[in-house]
Amino acid sequence: MNTFTSLYTIIYKEVRRFLRIWPQTLLPPAITTSLYFLIFGRLIGDRIGTISGVSYMDYIVPGVILIAVISHSYSNVAASFYSTKFQRHIEELLVSPVPNWVILVGYISGGILRGLLVGGVVTLISLMFITEIQVHNLFIILLTAILTATLFALAGFINAMLAESFDDISLIPNFILTPLNYLGGVFYSVSMLPEVWQKISLANPVLYMINSFRYGFIGVSDISVELALGRIISFVIFLTLISLWMLDRGQGIRQ
Amino acid sequence: MNALSLQNLTKTYSNGFEALKGIDLDVEEGDFFALLGANGAGKSTAIGIISSLINKTSGHVSIFGHNIDTENREAKRCLGLVPQEINFNLFETVENILLIYAGYYGIPRKEAKVRAEKALKQMYLWDKRHTISRRLSGGMKRRVMIARALMHSPKLLILDEPTAGVDIEIRRSMWEMMEEVNKEGTAIILTTHYLEEAENLCRNIAIIHEGMIVEHSDMATLLSYINVNHFILDLEKPLINVPNIKGYKFELTSEKVLNVAIPKKNTLNQLFEQLSMVNIQVKSLKNKSNRLEQLFMDIVQ
Repeated sequence: MNTFTSLYTIIYKEVRRFLRIWPQTLLPPAITTSLYFLIFGRLIGDRIGTISGVSYMDYIVPGVILIAVISHSYSNVAASFYSTKFQRHIEELLVSPVPNWVILVGYISGGILRGLLVGGVVTLISLMFITEIQVHNLFIILLTAILTATLFALAGFINAMLAESFDDISLIPNFILTPLNYLGGVFYSVSMLPEVWQKISLANPVLYMINSFRYGFIGVSDISVELALGRIISFVIFLTLISLWMLDRGQGIRQ
Repeated sequence: MNALSLQNLTKTYSNGFEALKGIDLDVEEGDFFALLGANGAGKSTAIGIISSLINKTSGHVSIFGHNIDTENREAKRCLGLVPQEINFNLFETVENILLIYAGYYGIPRKEAKVRAEKALKQMYLWDKRHTISRRLSGGMKRRVMIARALMHSPKLLILDEPTAGVDIEIRRSMWEMMEEVNKEGTAIILTTHYLEEAENLCRNIAIIHEGMIVEHSDMATLLSYINVNHFILDLEKPLINVPNIKGYKFELTSEKVLNVAIPKKNTLNQLFEQLSMVNIQVKSLKNKSNRLEQLFMDIVQ
């Protein structure tokens, strides 16, 4: 038994899936983010001036890239794993001697890779609107992007395990993910908010990710980058343990 | 060594339904074994537990001596499953379904391609290898599942109603394939509603009824329990009343067709003599149903 072959097979299958349906997986974020950049960045942004010493367009680019990474790493795993359950070919994995951690890492890797690929596409789109992308700290950019993609891929995995219908995998993106993304400081700095809302915003995990990511580009953050990365890593560990526990119990996949 | 051993296996679903009430079952290495039971008897639950698709409530399962709780991966490597319902990716090509499945078993892609070619040819699916699986007919989909189960050369193959809804030509080829795989040393457990299939193919048999094993023996012993043969007689002339001949049970299904149950101790000659005496001429006869079916009905009713 070669565990690496099993892992490679799951990742290969997942990457092939989202590349095969690229008009559904890679094209929509390109269109959506072009509109963000055009409307918020260019048309409205030009009237706003600067935030934290940079132009409004420069300020929103990192956040727009990261929310694309978040939503696509999440939805890739949620849709793919739920569809595996729905079509019952999850049974192929349950019958075969693939360890649970390989199933988890395989599906999560698919989500991370799609998230990062979409992030790359959005970054290229942003170059149509700004002359150059500042890079303050490439390591922080990559680390934040990978950790964020991992975290939301794990969340998508848990959602898919618990889901009993296709409606269940759209509930969390619609009612939780979208508000967290928009209230995570993509289009504004939390320092602009009244004090009480600043404190409430600190409970939003997306705020930490966006600030850390933005720091990597323009060197500006509303909160400590070390704290942000620490929080994200803690969430990743927590969700990994929950996912493995659920797989072990066969939650939603074994009667 | 036993290919499969179940000890006091129970399963109670979350809604309180007791699907298995403590079953014990041994299947020998290289056996061709029939697991029979009506719908809802507990066959699929037992198969689900053996193949790690369903969590058991209590009891022990071991496959070639590997306990599924403590040596789960070793046990799984010995087992191949052809489930009752289609459970492959309907958006994938036939060949890719097999290659991905082999990948889960750690078989490198190059080796998997060789095995896939052999399995697809064996299942008469080689020319369909590039077809998206949802475009296949029902019978072809079942054969894809058999080909898939053969990819890792399991020592125990469980087929849960593999021939349901398959035309007779394909069914015959499946029988040949099962016999061939069995001859190569793979133990086979077959569930089926076509009891003549079990009678013709299997050497040992267990009948499960309401979550319990109610019969577990070799096929020859079981069939020896049958003490009545059933025949359908085509008559020369129409008949109005059912004949009343001591020792035989008759049933008139149409005016020229007579069903008869003959005790095993009696010969057909004796029957014909008696029928001649009441002026009933028989043009032809055939077996009413297969023997195992009759026995099965007697046991579970």
